[in-house]
Amino acid sequence: MAPGADGEPTWLVHGKVRLALHRLTAEAGAGRADTPLLILHGLGEQSPPAVPAWAAAWPGPVHALDFTGHGGSTVPRGGGYTAEALMGDADAALAHLGPCTVLGRGLGAYVALLIAGARPHLVRGAVLADGPGLAGGGPAPGSPHVVQLAPDLPGPPDPLALAELSRDLRPPDYAVSFAWQAANLSELAVPITISVAALIRPEWLAAVAETPAVQERSLTEALAAYAED
Amino acid sequence: MALDERAPDDAESVSYPGARPPDRRRTVQSHGVAIAVHEWGDEADPPLLFTHGGFDFARTFSVFAPMVAAAGWRVVAWDQRGHGDSEHTSLYSWDADVRDALAVMDTISSRPVPVVAHSKGGNLMLHLADACPHRVSHVVNIDGLPSRRPQPDVADHERTRMRAGELSSWLDHRRGLASALRRPGTIDDLARRRARMNPRLPMDWLRYLVTVGARRDEDGWRWKIDPSLRMGGFGPWRPEWAMSRLSALGMPVLGILGVQPEVMGWNTDPADVAPFMPPGGRLVTVEEAGHFVHIEAPERVAALTLEFLG
Repeated sequence: MAPGADGEPTWLVHGKVRLALHRLTAEAGAGRADTPLLILHGLGEQSPPAVPAWAAAWPGPVHALDFTGHGGSTVPRGGGYTAEALMGDADAALAHLGPCTVLGRGLGAYVALLIAGARPHLVRGAVLADGPGLAGGGPAPGSPHVVQLAPDLPGPPDPLALAELSRDLRPPDYAVSFAWQAANLSELAVPITISVAALIRPEWLAAVAETPAVQERSLTEALAAYAED
Repeated sequence: MALDERAPDDAESVSYPGARPPDRRRTVQSHGVAIAVHEWGDEADPPLLFTHGGFDFARTFSVFAPMVAAAGWRVVAWDQRGHGDSEHTSLYSWDADVRDALAVMDTISSRPVPVVAHSKGGNLMLHLADACPHRVSHVVNIDGLPSRRPQPDVADHERTRMRAGELSSWLDHRRGLASALRRPGTIDDLARRRARMNPRLPMDWLRYLVTVGARRDEDGWRWKIDPSLRMGGFGPWRPEWAMSRLSALGMPVLGILGVQPEVMGWNTDPADVAPFMPPGGRLVTVEEAGHFVHIEAPERVAALTLEFLG
């Protein structure tokens, strides 16, 4: 299961799901001692094919994970997606890579927050950036709805992932509890950075932004700070 | 673990008074997931839907369902994904369970039908009845009305450590899932393990549950439930969300609460639920029973249900 140079991802196992972990930097080029950067994509996206321009200065290896139902990862039958299950996806990548700086876009930003709180010793800084699926379903239930879809819709991304993960509820105090845990248990002074490019502030993110040990910096400033830590 | 050679360990050696296997069994596809359906009663009788609780399965209704069926109902019970005889899936959520329930309902009737549900199943049906009032004629909720969880009086830093331990243990569990198997044992072993969660239920009942909720492998009996499912857990969900569903309902609602405290139950205080009952809704407390009211007092719950359904 070694990462291939020909673009073949490393396959990780999370329960019954096979996850595609892509290495975006060349095997030998990056300094081995440096902390890897793990990129988590937004809702409906997949891992970028190459190191994005904003991460070009990262001194260590750069990896990107396809979430369940996205990109090269398994599209399971029957949905049942939760942000917590995707946190388990991210944890599978950390189990393989060891401590990482995690950068998430949109839905991936929310998952980056969750995993930063749940694995404070494995996440060496989380950067929360704009992207699809940032808001989720809001802070509390609206009028209920049962998602039912026609069979055999095209994907990936899994249409049930798009439907369910744009409705998952993100109460601000729940999100803040993960930020607090990162703040109290991480070795970093600033364990979570909200990219100031993220102009859209759903309630969970606005609440997280007010938590001590959460800073607002630009994407490149945030990555530069974690690269030095 | 070696099989106990002193006691017979075959399903035929175990029975329970009043427990009856379903009259029919079938499978429903819900977005590609095979959901097992168990029916009691005449197929021509008016249908109603039975929904079990978390870590249970349809055949936990083996005594209560035949009583309702005998009164002229077609009882349609289903195993939630990962439970009983239904397919084990990659992902689990309450929203997915509600979708599976609707897939089962679609095979029964397009007209509104009564739903009878226990514990977590009661929550699923509150959601379904609120989302699809055109599909539900009556709601019978058996100890599935969570009220606000008591907050232990602990300092914030202690709370952080408790939560962190819970989260890392959940993630550690998920890291081991690929090779996870439930622990095998004799019928008695499994019944004793279940008794820790259900201390109020008779051992004869728990032994019977093993014979319908576990399978016999070469090295012993194992509960059929997906080993990836885990008690407790965490998430954004909070009990008051169920209460907002409850007060929204326009169809007749009967809530039945077991008052005796139980490991697996919500330990709901009826006074916390009463303000959220919809107009005309009825809340009945059963003093002598705990969370598994329909197992401890099947005659009482069947009588209440049948009287309510008219």
